[in-house]
Amino acid sequence: MTFEDWFRKDRLPHIFCAGCGNGTIINCTLAAVDQMDWKKEETVFVSGIGCSSRAPGYIMTDSLHTTHGRALAFATGVKMANRKLNVVVFTGDGDLAAIGGNHFIHACRRNIDMTVVCMNNQIYGMTGGQGSPTTPRGYLSTTTPYGSAEPAFDLCDLAIAAGANYVARWTSYHVKELEKAVLAGLQTPGLSFIEAMTQCPTNFGRRNKFRQVADQVEFLKKHSLLKVKRDRLLLENKEVPADMFVVGELVRRSRPAMGVSP
Amino acid sequence: MTRTEFWQGNTACAEGALAAGCNFFGGYPITPSTEVAEHMALRLPKKNGVFIQMEDELASMAAIIGASWTGARAMTATSGPGFSLMMENIGFAAMTETPCVIVNVQRGGPSTGQPTMGAQGDMMQCRFGSHGDYSVIALCPASVQEMFELTAKAFNLADRYRVPVFLMADEIVGHMREKITVPDSVERVARRELIRGTLPFAAGDDLVPGFATFGKGYGVHVTGLTHDERGYPCTTNVKIHHNLVKRLVDKVENARRDVADFDIINPDAGDVFIAYGAPVRTVQQVLHDNPGRKIGFLRIRTVWPFPDFALGQFKNARRFLVPEMNFGQIAREIERHVRVPVVSIPKLGGDLHLPGELMAALEARL
Ligand SMILES: Cc1ncc(C[n+]2csc(CCOP(=O)(O)OP(=O)(O)O)c2C)c(N)n1
Ligand code: SF4
Ligand SMILES: [Mg+2]
Repeated sequence: MTFEDWFRKDRLPHIFCAGCGNGTIINCTLAAVDQMDWKKEETVFVSGIGCSSRAPGYIMTDSLHTTHGRALAFATGVKMANRKLNVVVFTGDGDLAAIGGNHFIHACRRNIDMTVVCMNNQIYGMTGGQGSPTTPRGYLSTTTPYGSAEPAFDLCDLAIAAGANYVARWTSYHVKELEKAVLAGLQTPGLSFIEAMTQCPTNFGRRNKFRQVADQVEFLKKHSLLKVKRDRLLLENKEVPADMFVVGELVRRSRPAMGVSP
Repeated sequence: MTRTEFWQGNTACAEGALAAGCNFFGGYPITPSTEVAEHMALRLPKKNGVFIQMEDELASMAAIIGASWTGARAMTATSGPGFSLMMENIGFAAMTETPCVIVNVQRGGPSTGQPTMGAQGDMMQCRFGSHGDYSVIALCPASVQEMFELTAKAFNLADRYRVPVFLMADEIVGHMREKITVPDSVERVARRELIRGTLPFAAGDDLVPGFATFGKGYGVHVTGLTHDERGYPCTTNVKIHHNLVKRLVDKVENARRDVADFDIINPDAGDVFIAYGAPVRTVQQVLHDNPGRKIGFLRIRTVWPFPDFALGQFKNARRFLVPEMNFGQIAREIERHVRVPVVSIPKLGGDLHLPGELMAALEARL
């Protein structure tokens, strides 16, 4: 069996634009899922609304494509009602951090045994490129035509502060690392949060002068700061560049978790 | 066997749910419904069920839908402000045909309004509150006994028709204490499972598809987007959308006679009261106080779908009098179905109508 066996073949072709990073994130996630000893009939994918949240529709297990922002609340119901089910949530930066922010922190606090993969493209892709809580300051979107004036959320910091047992961040460039992080997340009891920085060429790249898809992937790579390097900078009392985001495994711990299969 | 208890309405509601096999409750505290959650928190863990206090009512509604897809009999309870927050996910439940029970112990609105006072101001919101066309079932209890019985019944209707079913109670019946006869067991109608090899959103003559419970290998895709019979999104096909929404509406509207629950008293009377929920009690008092007088009474338990065909049984009716704890929400529905005058008798603020107020309406000239 390979990860391709998890796809719902009669649903292809998919809706994603050429060059969209979502496919990469879905592949990495399913490659990790495939390494688990999970039965397909005991695995459920849940999502909210957005391009990223369309992912479960392409997977052949039971799947629940819900309302904007509420995926984690639906997933909480699924998991708490039947702990035997393995629950994986796909979400986007708008879905998770804006409209769903409250459910995000409470799912982390409860530390419900599920894995949450957020495709953070720093934009509202599905609705045509409006600013999101993760759009970096100064970047353009249809609702920040003069550059975003708001500070962006660090979703991993949020998840760590709220209590998730496993937190990691990688990008669509770091496919091997991402797959490994998802796998570690799937294996960790409690809530695992994996933030996958990814490119939206159609609605973020185009407006922010990334001529090629590769330029945006390159941008993500260049702005990634390995956790070990960040820690060294901190140790040496040096400044951490403000425009970079930390990648790597950021937390792995065993706070009490809910919904763990007996 | 039965036993007698002296219970609060909200306790009876929770016990009715448990008797019906409710095994998942997700909720958020709000007066005057909180006792339902509190009682479930006490009782569910001992019955191997799940109680979870969610972070808000959007999450409560989401959680019970998620639980329902694993096969659970799932319920939430709330009041006005929380009910408003639930609306989007109630529409999701309607679109995805997810059985679930929503208890609304109504209080005075709009907004935070009167937390501790009864009202019936959400009757139209429960019917039409989420966007788009759909139909639901709503039951209105008028006593502690009915808080128990109608809650239990709500689960059967939800599973039978795969719709959100509302128990539209109010602060008065929720908080009153009365004698109640508790049966040892209640009737349970099981959710019909999907037949393997058939499509998860294809329905037969009763328009209700079999249910593809999560975890059983159906590989069902559930989405709030317009979907075809496979459950796959199909959002620009005019025909598919029309047929899907028509089926969601028809499966409930066609069942109008099957789900109807009402009593008729004095069908040959000229003056006919129509009531549901707490105001039923005042009408009963008026009838009791005036044994010599022929006063008609249509007392409704299933308000949605509205039992319009029952109105025709009052052949000599010259007017219908409708006491409600709102400004005539159901009176207007009745008006759509009859040719004689419909007199709305609204009373807001939290007090029941007094018998004298109904008598005054009765004495008033046409
Ligand atoms: C309640 C509600 N508000 C607004 C929308 C419109 N909407 C659909 S997707 C979306 C943003 C999605 O952004 P994100 O979660 O980042 O997903 P992406 O498309 O970027 O993957 C919005 C605002 C909606 N569907 N529901
Ligand atoms: S709009 Fe952006 S996120 Fe959505 S499919 Fe296209 S590239 Fe991907
Ligand atoms: Mg996004």
